[in-house]
Amino acid sequence: MIRILYFASLRERLAQAEEQVDTMAETVAALKTELAARGGVWAEVFDGGLHVLAAVNQEMATADQPLHDGDEVGFFPPVTGG
Amino acid sequence: MIRTEVRVQSTPLDVQAEMAEFYSADASVGGVVNFVGLMRDMNEGDRVAAMTLEHYPGMTEKALEAIVAEAAERWETLMVRVVHRIGEIRPKDPIVLVAVAGAHRGEAFRACEFIIDYLKTQAPFWKREEIAGGGARWVEARASDDAAASAWESSEKIDR
Repeated sequence: MIRILYFASLRERLAQAEEQVDTMAETVAALKTELAARGGVWAEVFDGGLHVLAAVNQEMATADQPLHDGDEVGFFPPVTGG
Repeated sequence: MIRTEVRVQSTPLDVQAEMAEFYSADASVGGVVNFVGLMRDMNEGDRVAAMTLEHYPGMTEKALEAIVAEAAERWETLMVRVVHRIGEIRPKDPIVLVAVAGAHRGEAFRACEFIIDYLKTQAPFWKREEIAGGGARWVEARASDDAAASAWESSEKIDR
């Protein structure tokens, strides 16, 4: 199981803040592809050319970062603090 | 031993109170540099009435600590403090404070600028602004902020 958290504009568009998923995805990119396959807003967010950043276990991650059971994955738009 | 502190808070940021400690710390401090980011009442040509700052609890603190640790590795500093607001704020309210004390000004200036440049592109905060007269929108990230942060990795800004 992987815990996924969604933030800011992504959370609003997906109407969801977090979920637990049973996934075979081995990388961040594969997880995005799985989520996009849900269709609708999920496809728009994860397969629509939108700039979506990812963090694995609360550290910025690249698309090819491996995933493991129990990981926490955060998806969010480019940050705008400061 | 360098003293560092990072904090995220939903209460008003009292810049003077935060800075007081920097001026009374100890006699090895020769210079203090601080950056305070304030909320503006204009963005993208619209009047902004208020703003709500959201973050990723847990990751935010880790990201800020990592940025401060990298600055402390690159430049000699004595004290570093980063405080960032979350929640609802109004124009003129402080959003972020980056304070650096060092033996000399050069290292403190560079560490301070490095920290705010990295914070802008690496720390998971998001701003949602309320337009005066109605409507709300998420603030878009700026390409100029990415450029400022990546300049530290190239020769444009040199560690001295």
